[in-house]
Amino acid sequence: MHELSIVSSIVDSVTESLAVYHGARVTEVRLRVGALAAVVEDSLQFCYGIATEGTSLEGSKLVVQILPVIVHCAACGADGEIESLQSFSCPHCGEPVSDLRQGRELEVESFEIEEGEIEKAGEAVTP
Amino acid sequence: MTTRIVELRQGILKKNDELARGLRQRFTSAGVLVLNLVSSPGTGKTAFLERTLRDLLARGSRAAALVGDLETDNDARRLAASGAPVRQINTHGICHLEAEMVAKHLEGWDLAGLDYLFIENVGNLVCPSSYDLGEAVRVALLSVTEGEDKPLKYPTLFNSADAAVITKIDLAGPCEFDREAALKNIRAIRPGIRVFETSAKTGAGMAEWLEYLKELRVRHAGS
Repeated sequence: MHELSIVSSIVDSVTESLAVYHGARVTEVRLRVGALAAVVEDSLQFCYGIATEGTSLEGSKLVVQILPVIVHCAACGADGEIESLQSFSCPHCGEPVSDLRQGRELEVESFEIEEGEIEKAGEAVTP
Repeated sequence: MTTRIVELRQGILKKNDELARGLRQRFTSAGVLVLNLVSSPGTGKTAFLERTLRDLLARGSRAAALVGDLETDNDARRLAASGAPVRQINTHGICHLEAEMVAKHLEGWDLAGLDYLFIENVGNLVCPSSYDLGEAVRVALLSVTEGEDKPLKYPTLFNSADAAVITKIDLAGPCEFDREAALKNIRAIRPGIRVFETSAKTGAGMAEWLEYLKELRVRHAGS
Protein backbone atom coordinates (compact mmCIF):
# COMPACT_ATOMS: atom_id res chain seq x y z
CA MET A 1 0.00 0.00 0.00
CA HIS A 2 2.50 2.59 -1.10
CA GLU A 3 0.08 3.98 -3.67
CA LEU A 4 -0.51 7.12 -1.61
CA SER A 5 3.23 7.95 -1.71
CA ILE A 6 3.21 7.29 -5.44
CA VAL A 7 0.20 9.47 -6.04
CA SER A 8 1.74 12.25 -3.93
CA SER A 9 4.84 12.09 -6.15
CA ILE A 10 2.59 12.37 -9.22
CA VAL A 11 0.91 15.45 -7.79
CA ASP A 12 4.32 16.97 -7.03
CA SER A 13 5.74 16.34 -10.55
CA VAL A 14 2.66 17.65 -12.31
CA THR A 15 2.40 20.69 -10.03
CA GLU A 16 6.06 21.48 -10.68
CA SER A 17 5.62 21.31 -14.47
CA LEU A 18 2.41 23.28 -14.21
CA ALA A 19 4.15 26.33 -12.74
CA VAL A 20 4.74 27.81 -16.20
CA TYR A 21 1.08 27.51 -17.21
CA HIS A 22 -0.44 30.17 -15.01
CA GLY A 23 -4.03 29.61 -14.08
CA ALA A 24 -4.25 26.30 -15.89
CA ARG A 25 -6.39 23.50 -14.55
CA VAL A 26 -5.42 19.85 -14.99
CA THR A 27 -8.13 17.72 -16.52
CA GLU A 28 -6.32 14.44 -17.07
CA VAL A 29 -3.07 12.73 -16.05
CA ARG A 30 -1.78 9.75 -18.03
CA LEU A 31 0.49 7.15 -16.48
CA ARG A 32 2.50 4.30 -17.94
CA VAL A 33 2.74 1.48 -15.42
CA GLY A 34 4.59 -1.77 -16.01
CA ALA A 35 2.90 -5.01 -14.98
CA LEU A 36 5.82 -5.58 -12.60
CA ALA A 37 5.73 -2.12 -11.04
CA ALA A 38 3.99 -3.37 -7.89
CA VAL A 39 1.15 -0.89 -7.96
CA VAL A 40 -2.56 -1.59 -8.06
CA GLU A 41 -4.66 0.60 -10.29
CA ASP A 42 -7.70 0.58 -7.98
CA SER A 43 -5.56 1.81 -5.09
CA LEU A 44 -4.00 4.46 -7.30
CA GLN A 45 -7.44 5.70 -8.31
CA PHE A 46 -8.64 5.71 -4.73
CA CYS A 47 -5.60 7.60 -3.44
CA TYR A 48 -5.63 9.98 -6.41
CA GLY A 49 -8.92 11.49 -5.32
CA ILE A 50 -7.54 12.15 -1.84
CA ALA A 51 -4.10 13.39 -2.85
CA THR A 52 -5.37 15.83 -5.48
CA GLU A 53 -7.85 17.55 -3.18
CA GLY A 54 -7.13 21.24 -2.92
CA THR A 55 -4.50 21.11 -5.69
CA SER A 56 -4.62 22.17 -9.37
CA LEU A 57 -5.23 18.49 -10.12
CA GLU A 58 -8.46 18.28 -8.17
CA GLY A 59 -11.23 16.68 -10.19
CA SER A 60 -8.90 15.46 -12.93
CA LYS A 61 -9.06 12.00 -14.39
CA LEU A 62 -6.25 9.50 -13.91
CA VAL A 63 -5.67 7.27 -16.92
CA VAL A 64 -3.45 4.27 -16.29
CA GLN A 65 -1.91 2.36 -19.17
CA ILE A 66 -0.60 -1.02 -18.04
CA LEU A 67 2.43 -2.20 -19.99
CA PRO A 68 3.02 -5.93 -20.38
CA VAL A 69 6.34 -7.52 -19.42
CA ILE A 70 8.61 -7.78 -22.48
CA VAL A 71 11.72 -9.92 -22.22
CA HIS A 72 14.71 -10.48 -24.42
CA CYS A 73 15.73 -14.09 -24.87
CA ALA A 74 19.47 -14.73 -24.88
CA ALA A 75 18.92 -18.19 -26.37
CA CYS A 76 16.87 -17.35 -29.47
CA GLY A 77 17.49 -13.60 -29.64
CA ALA A 78 13.82 -12.68 -29.85
CA ASP A 79 11.89 -10.15 -27.77
CA GLY A 80 8.44 -11.08 -26.58
CA GLU A 81 5.73 -10.69 -24.01
CA ILE A 82 5.81 -13.31 -21.25
CA GLU A 83 2.66 -15.38 -21.02
CA SER A 84 2.31 -15.17 -17.27
CA LEU A 85 3.97 -13.40 -14.37
CA GLN A 86 4.49 -16.82 -12.83
CA SER A 87 6.88 -17.97 -15.49
CA PHE A 88 9.74 -15.92 -16.86
CA SER A 89 10.37 -17.93 -19.98
CA CYS A 90 10.69 -17.00 -23.62
CA PRO A 91 7.30 -17.03 -25.40
CA HIS A 92 9.04 -18.24 -28.57
CA CYS A 93 11.44 -20.98 -27.47
CA GLY A 94 10.55 -21.58 -23.82
CA GLU A 95 14.02 -20.90 -22.39
CA PRO A 96 14.16 -19.13 -18.99
CA VAL A 97 14.75 -15.41 -19.40
CA SER A 98 16.02 -12.75 -17.02
CA ASP A 99 16.58 -9.84 -19.40
CA LEU A 100 13.63 -7.50 -18.94
CA ARG A 101 13.00 -4.91 -21.63
CA GLN A 102 9.69 -3.58 -20.34
CA GLY A 103 7.47 -4.06 -17.31
CA ARG A 104 8.91 -1.98 -14.47
CA GLU A 105 7.87 1.46 -15.77
CA LEU A 106 6.23 3.86 -13.39
CA GLU A 107 5.96 7.19 -15.09
CA VAL A 108 3.78 10.15 -15.87
CA GLU A 109 3.52 10.18 -19.64
CA SER A 110 1.62 13.44 -20.02
CA PHE A 111 -1.13 15.56 -18.58
CA GLU A 112 -3.90 17.57 -20.13
CA ILE A 113 -4.67 21.10 -19.08
CA GLU A 114 -7.32 23.65 -19.74
CA GLU A 115 -5.87 27.09 -20.03
CA GLY A 116 -7.84 30.19 -19.22
CA GLU A 117 -7.26 33.72 -20.47
CA ILE A 118 -3.65 33.75 -19.30
CA GLU A 119 -1.37 31.76 -21.56
CA LYS A 120 1.95 30.13 -20.79
CA ALA A 121 4.32 32.74 -19.40
CA GLY A 122 6.83 34.05 -21.89
CA GLU A 123 5.52 31.95 -24.76
CA ALA A 124 3.67 33.06 -27.87
CA VAL A 125 0.01 32.14 -27.90
CA THR A 126 -0.63 29.20 -30.20
CA PRO A 127 -4.15 28.79 -31.50
CA MET B 1 -10.45 28.18 -23.08
CA THR B 2 -7.88 25.96 -24.78
CA THR B 3 -6.87 22.39 -24.06
CA ARG B 4 -3.27 21.43 -24.19
CA ILE B 5 -1.41 18.17 -23.62
CA VAL B 6 1.87 18.52 -21.80
CA GLU B 7 4.33 15.66 -22.39
CA LEU B 8 6.17 14.84 -19.22
CA ARG B 9 7.72 11.36 -19.61
CA GLN B 10 8.98 11.47 -16.09
CA GLY B 11 9.56 8.65 -13.64
CA ILE B 12 7.15 8.98 -10.75
CA LEU B 13 9.85 7.94 -8.29
CA LYS B 14 12.39 10.22 -9.96
CA LYS B 15 13.32 11.90 -6.70
CA ASN B 16 13.97 8.56 -5.00
CA ASP B 17 15.84 7.22 -8.02
CA GLU B 18 18.12 10.26 -8.14
CA LEU B 19 18.86 10.03 -4.43
CA ALA B 20 19.54 6.30 -4.81
CA ARG B 21 21.95 6.95 -7.66
CA GLY B 22 23.83 9.41 -5.46
CA LEU B 23 23.95 6.87 -2.63
CA ARG B 24 25.21 4.16 -4.97
CA GLN B 25 28.07 6.42 -6.06
CA ARG B 26 28.90 7.17 -2.43
CA PHE B 27 28.89 3.46 -1.55
CA THR B 28 31.04 2.56 -4.53
CA SER B 29 33.63 5.23 -3.86
CA ALA B 30 33.72 4.28 -0.16
CA GLY B 31 34.26 0.65 -1.17
CA VAL B 32 31.38 -0.67 0.93
CA LEU B 33 29.14 -3.43 -0.39
CA VAL B 34 25.50 -2.61 0.35
CA LEU B 35 22.78 -5.24 0.49
CA ASN B 36 19.04 -4.61 0.75
CA LEU B 37 17.23 -7.47 2.52
CA VAL B 38 13.55 -7.86 1.71
CA SER B 39 10.93 -10.37 2.81
CA SER B 40 7.55 -10.76 4.50
CA PRO B 41 7.31 -9.95 8.19
CA GLY B 42 8.36 -13.02 10.18
CA THR B 43 10.70 -14.58 7.62
CA GLY B 44 13.59 -14.16 10.00
CA LYS B 45 15.49 -11.30 8.40
CA THR B 46 16.71 -10.07 11.75
CA ALA B 47 17.85 -13.49 12.98
CA PHE B 48 19.59 -14.12 9.66
CA LEU B 49 21.26 -10.72 9.81
CA GLU B 50 22.28 -11.19 13.47
CA ARG B 51 24.03 -14.37 12.51
CA THR B 52 25.59 -12.82 9.40
CA LEU B 53 26.93 -9.82 11.35
CA ARG B 54 28.32 -12.03 14.10
CA ASP B 55 30.01 -14.39 11.63
CA LEU B 56 31.43 -11.52 9.55
CA LEU B 57 32.83 -9.76 12.60
CA ALA B 58 34.36 -13.01 13.81
CA ARG B 59 36.17 -13.26 10.47
CA GLY B 60 37.56 -9.77 10.87
CA SER B 61 35.20 -8.04 8.43
CA ARG B 62 33.73 -4.64 9.20
CA ALA B 63 29.95 -4.71 8.86
CA ALA B 64 27.11 -2.42 9.87
CA ALA B 65 23.34 -2.43 9.52
CA LEU B 66 20.39 -0.12 9.06
CA VAL B 67 17.12 -1.69 10.06
CA GLY B 68 13.68 -0.49 9.02
CA ASP B 69 10.48 -0.98 10.97
CA LEU B 70 7.29 0.99 11.37
CA GLU B 71 7.88 1.39 15.09
CA THR B 72 10.24 0.29 17.93
CA ASP B 73 14.00 -0.11 18.02
CA ASN B 74 13.79 -3.77 19.09
CA ASP B 75 15.55 -5.04 15.98
CA ALA B 76 18.36 -2.50 16.22
CA ARG B 77 18.97 -3.52 19.81
CA ARG B 78 19.00 -7.21 18.85
CA LEU B 79 21.43 -6.59 16.00
CA ALA B 80 23.69 -4.31 18.02
CA ALA B 81 24.38 -7.22 20.38
CA SER B 82 26.53 -8.62 17.55
CA GLY B 83 28.94 -5.74 18.17
CA ALA B 84 28.31 -4.14 14.77
CA PRO B 85 27.22 -0.50 14.43
CA VAL B 86 23.44 -0.52 13.92
CA ARG B 87 20.86 2.18 13.39
CA GLN B 88 17.10 1.87 13.45
CA ILE B 89 14.92 3.61 10.87
CA ASN B 90 11.35 4.05 12.06
CA THR B 91 9.07 4.75 9.13
CA HIS B 92 6.00 5.52 11.31
CA GLY B 93 3.49 3.85 9.06
CA ILE B 94 5.29 3.87 5.73
CA CYS B 95 5.44 0.32 4.40
CA HIS B 96 8.91 0.47 2.81
CA LEU B 97 12.26 2.23 3.09
CA GLU B 98 13.12 5.08 0.73
CA ALA B 99 16.53 6.37 -0.34
CA GLU B 100 16.02 9.58 1.63
CA MET B 101 15.56 7.65 4.90
CA VAL B 102 18.73 5.69 4.23
CA ALA B 103 20.70 8.86 3.45
CA LYS B 104 19.47 10.54 6.62
CA HIS B 105 20.50 7.63 8.82
CA LEU B 106 23.99 7.41 7.37
CA GLU B 107 24.94 10.81 8.76
CA GLY B 108 28.15 10.68 10.73
CA TRP B 109 29.06 7.15 9.64
CA ASP B 110 32.45 6.55 8.08
CA LEU B 111 31.41 4.42 5.10
CA ALA B 112 35.00 3.94 3.98
CA GLY B 113 35.63 2.16 7.28
CA LEU B 114 33.07 -0.54 6.38
CA ASP B 115 33.25 -3.63 4.21
CA TYR B 116 29.53 -4.41 4.31
CA LEU B 117 26.40 -2.44 5.01
CA PHE B 118 23.13 -4.34 5.33
CA ILE B 119 19.80 -2.59 5.00
CA GLU B 120 16.99 -4.63 6.52
CA ASN B 121 13.86 -3.36 4.81
CA VAL B 122 10.41 -3.17 6.36
CA GLY B 123 8.78 -6.62 6.27
CA ASN B 124 6.69 -6.38 3.11
CA LEU B 125 6.79 -8.31 -0.15
CA VAL B 126 5.20 -5.65 -2.32
CA CYS B 127 6.19 -2.04 -1.82
CA PRO B 128 9.97 -2.26 -1.19
CA SER B 129 10.46 -3.57 -4.72
CA SER B 130 9.70 -0.13 -6.20
CA TYR B 131 12.25 1.78 -4.13
CA ASP B 132 15.89 1.72 -5.04
CA LEU B 133 18.04 2.34 -1.96
CA GLY B 134 21.33 2.53 -3.83
CA GLU B 135 22.16 -1.05 -2.89
CA ALA B 136 24.51 -3.19 -4.95
CA VAL B 137 22.58 -6.36 -4.24
CA ARG B 138 18.96 -7.00 -3.41
CA VAL B 139 18.32 -10.18 -1.44
CA ALA B 140 14.85 -11.72 -1.16
CA LEU B 141 14.29 -14.02 1.81
CA LEU B 142 11.73 -16.77 2.16
CA SER B 143 11.29 -19.02 5.19
CA VAL B 144 10.28 -22.67 5.21
CA THR B 145 7.27 -21.71 7.34
CA GLU B 146 5.82 -19.72 4.43
CA GLY B 147 4.28 -21.29 1.34
CA GLU B 148 6.60 -22.63 -1.35
CA ASP B 149 4.51 -20.70 -3.86
CA LYS B 150 5.28 -17.31 -2.36
CA PRO B 151 7.63 -16.36 -5.22
CA LEU B 152 4.76 -17.01 -7.65
CA LYS B 153 2.41 -14.86 -5.58
CA TYR B 154 4.89 -11.98 -5.34
CA PRO B 155 6.73 -12.10 -8.67
CA THR B 156 7.56 -8.39 -8.64
CA LEU B 157 9.79 -8.68 -5.64
CA PHE B 158 11.41 -12.00 -6.42
CA ASN B 159 12.06 -10.93 -9.99
CA SER B 160 13.89 -7.82 -8.80
CA ALA B 161 16.17 -9.80 -6.45
CA ASP B 162 19.81 -10.62 -7.17
CA ALA B 163 19.97 -13.47 -4.67
CA ALA B 164 17.48 -15.48 -2.64
CA VAL B 165 17.86 -16.89 0.87
CA ILE B 166 15.67 -19.63 2.28
CA THR B 167 15.64 -19.27 6.07
CA LYS B 168 14.78 -21.54 9.02
CA ILE B 169 15.73 -24.76 7.20
CA ASP B 170 16.07 -26.40 10.63
CA LEU B 171 12.24 -26.33 10.60
CA ALA B 172 11.89 -27.80 7.09
CA GLY B 173 10.91 -31.25 8.38
CA PRO B 174 8.14 -30.26 10.82
CA CYS B 175 6.80 -27.77 8.24
CA GLU B 176 6.84 -30.42 5.49
CA PHE B 177 8.65 -27.87 3.37
CA ASP B 178 8.81 -28.94 -0.26
CA ARG B 179 12.34 -27.84 -1.13
CA GLU B 180 12.17 -28.80 -4.81
CA ALA B 181 8.95 -26.85 -5.34
CA ALA B 182 10.36 -23.78 -3.60
CA LEU B 183 13.54 -23.81 -5.71
CA LYS B 184 11.53 -24.37 -8.87
CA ASN B 185 9.22 -21.45 -8.06
CA ILE B 186 12.06 -19.07 -7.22
CA ARG B 187 13.78 -19.94 -10.48
CA ALA B 188 10.58 -19.66 -12.51
CA ILE B 189 10.38 -16.02 -11.43
CA ARG B 190 14.09 -15.26 -11.50
CA PRO B 191 15.98 -17.67 -13.75
CA GLY B 192 19.60 -18.18 -12.81
CA ILE B 193 19.35 -16.62 -9.33
CA ARG B 194 21.70 -17.87 -6.55
CA VAL B 195 19.72 -19.48 -3.74
CA PHE B 196 21.10 -20.05 -0.24
CA GLU B 197 19.46 -22.48 2.17
CA THR B 198 20.20 -21.36 5.69
CA SER B 199 19.44 -21.65 9.36
CA ALA B 200 20.45 -18.80 11.65
CA LYS B 201 19.89 -21.19 14.54
CA THR B 202 22.15 -24.06 13.50
CA GLY B 203 24.43 -22.09 11.17
CA ALA B 204 23.60 -24.35 8.22
CA GLY B 205 24.35 -22.73 4.87
CA MET B 206 26.05 -19.72 6.47
CA ALA B 207 29.54 -20.61 5.22
CA GLU B 208 28.33 -20.62 1.62
CA TRP B 209 26.50 -17.30 2.16
CA LEU B 210 29.59 -15.65 3.67
CA GLU B 211 31.70 -16.93 0.81
CA TYR B 212 29.20 -15.36 -1.61
CA LEU B 213 29.45 -12.03 0.25
CA LYS B 214 33.20 -12.15 -0.12
CA GLU B 215 32.91 -12.87 -3.85
CA LEU B 216 30.45 -10.01 -4.24
CA ARG B 217 32.82 -7.58 -2.58
CA VAL B 218 35.61 -8.57 -4.92
CA ARG B 219 33.31 -8.32 -7.92
CA HIS B 220 31.98 -4.89 -6.95
CA ALA B 221 35.37 -3.52 -5.99
CA GLY B 222 36.57 -4.46 -9.46
CA SER B 223 33.66 -2.87 -11.31
